[in-house]
Amino acid sequence: MPPLAQRNLMHDKVRLAVTLTGIVFAVVLIVVEMGLFLGFTVTTSSIIDKSGVDLWIVSKHTPYIEQGAAFSERKLYQVLATPGVAAADKYIVRFAEWKTPDGSEQSVQIVGFDPYSKIGGPWNVVQGNVEDLKTPDAVMIDELYAKKLGVTQVGEIFEIYGRRARVVGFTKGIRAFTTTPYVFTSFKNGQDYARLREDQTLFILVKAAAGSDLKALQGELQARLRDVDVLTTKQFSNMTRFYWMFTTGAGVAVLIAAVLGLVVGVVVVAQTIYATTMDHIREYGTLKAMGAPNSYIYKVIITQAAIAAVVGYGLAMLVSIFVVRGSQSGGAAILLPLPMVVALFFLTLLMCATAAVVSIKKVTSLDPAMVFRG
Amino acid sequence: MTAAIEVRGVTKEFVEGPNRVPVLHGVDCEVHRGEVVLLMGPSGSGKTTLLSIMGCILRATSGSVKIAGREVANLRENELPEVRLKNIGFIFQGFNLFPTLTVGENVELALDLKGIRGAKAREASQRLLEQVGLSAKRDAFPSDLSGGQKQRVAVARALSGSPGVILADEPTAALDSHSGRNVMEMMRDLAHKHGRGVVVVTHDSRVLEFGDRIVHMEDGRIAEQAQDEAA
Repeated sequence: MPPLAQRNLMHDKVRLAVTLTGIVFAVVLIVVEMGLFLGFTVTTSSIIDKSGVDLWIVSKHTPYIEQGAAFSERKLYQVLATPGVAAADKYIVRFAEWKTPDGSEQSVQIVGFDPYSKIGGPWNVVQGNVEDLKTPDAVMIDELYAKKLGVTQVGEIFEIYGRRARVVGFTKGIRAFTTTPYVFTSFKNGQDYARLREDQTLFILVKAAAGSDLKALQGELQARLRDVDVLTTKQFSNMTRFYWMFTTGAGVAVLIAAVLGLVVGVVVVAQTIYATTMDHIREYGTLKAMGAPNSYIYKVIITQAAIAAVVGYGLAMLVSIFVVRGSQSGGAAILLPLPMVVALFFLTLLMCATAAVVSIKKVTSLDPAMVFRG
Repeated sequence: MTAAIEVRGVTKEFVEGPNRVPVLHGVDCEVHRGEVVLLMGPSGSGKTTLLSIMGCILRATSGSVKIAGREVANLRENELPEVRLKNIGFIFQGFNLFPTLTVGENVELALDLKGIRGAKAREASQRLLEQVGLSAKRDAFPSDLSGGQKQRVAVARALSGSPGVILADEPTAALDSHSGRNVMEMMRDLAHKHGRGVVVVTHDSRVLEFGDRIVHMEDGRIAEQAQDEAA
């Protein structure tokens, strides 16, 4: 087929620019909203997902990680005595108050873990060492929140609930969904900072022995332990994600914005593709008069839409990469994983095809006799 | 000999709101291969409607329409494009070329519709453009051509796929006398040298000398028949 679709599209460069701008805006908007949604989702459960353990023992009916309630740490010995358990450690995640030298206070989340086993410890350590957390009062924070917490370098001293906290290192990219910075420290320090009694813990993290049946171990632990829930890491991660994304409505709002982006995109693209079709309506009438079946004309319009989709998508991805990179140093990460890149390509095609339907309906009802009217 | 187009007792009514407006009243007409028929008459006499029915663009309200001996009046709407594609070439008053395609591509588009593609289409379009004397303009766009040249491209396009009938609606109306004459000479050659049936709707008295037969229409009737009926 002669390149009618391509030429029609390129003929009016201003209209082409408007069409592409519409697609780029729609796709970038969807990338930002969906990427934020994914970023938020991953962030809400990053502490759980990166723990490297198989099971989490939490107080009964704990809905998400920030809501852990204290229970006796003696349960740890029952856990360790259970066949199939390779390792287990106490763990704390709880809100506390960080006091800067100028006297201002900032909410933080204490993450108390065993620096000897390193189970549930920090990752992406860029300055200092996890072993440094074995020393009393030692804490580690993320670079992202250093300014917020008034930290400029390793060795500086702060207070958490009136107790001394000495920064011994930094991590990179460990965000908190609540924007309340994580403060990694030893379990013992964590008990003090989180104002837990010496015999209490908030969680017990369990590593299953190699080759053991995780489901069976989960059931066994649940049977042995009272007043706690035994959850797989996946289950607890999903519960935490669901709470923050859907129960609070935060995720729903972001998803709605993504859908709105899609709708705006379809409307803008439909309007411009329709206008392009109307510009060439006499030509389509001529084609029909010459004997072209409707499918031939649909092909022209669909090809126009597809070209616009592919070019618009390419431009949108370029813009998106800049946006995503820019977000890495900000408070909210926008994620753009490969499956989303692929899915967005097909979504863009679908968006443009949907937009083309409006034009196709117009052409279907076109009377070829129009070619004989003035 | 089978007529290229034969219409018998054709009527056409248009529906405008609650009213039915009759435009053609029992028209009989034949067009044979090898002849140029000029369809003339005042505005509103029904000549373009008759041309549209002959070209299977409009369906007659009643009557018989045969293209190359095949009855098409009873065909469904979606069967008519194929009849047009195989049998009829159109030439329009406003040329109706595709402005974003080159001269060669305009002709190739018509060939593409008929399933002729690739190298064959390029060869065929080249031959057709040579036939109308425009092979040198193959890569030009319609906007670079004069009115006469545009109409010659339209003729080349209409000839793609070798249809038996060429229907032309006021082909000289937008042309100066010299260009109009060239186009009509081409029409006459199509009929006399290439054996096509050519129907030209026209108001232009300058083209009378090119018609083998002149059919006058008035008030939706062939005038002579109408005069006979009146008598």
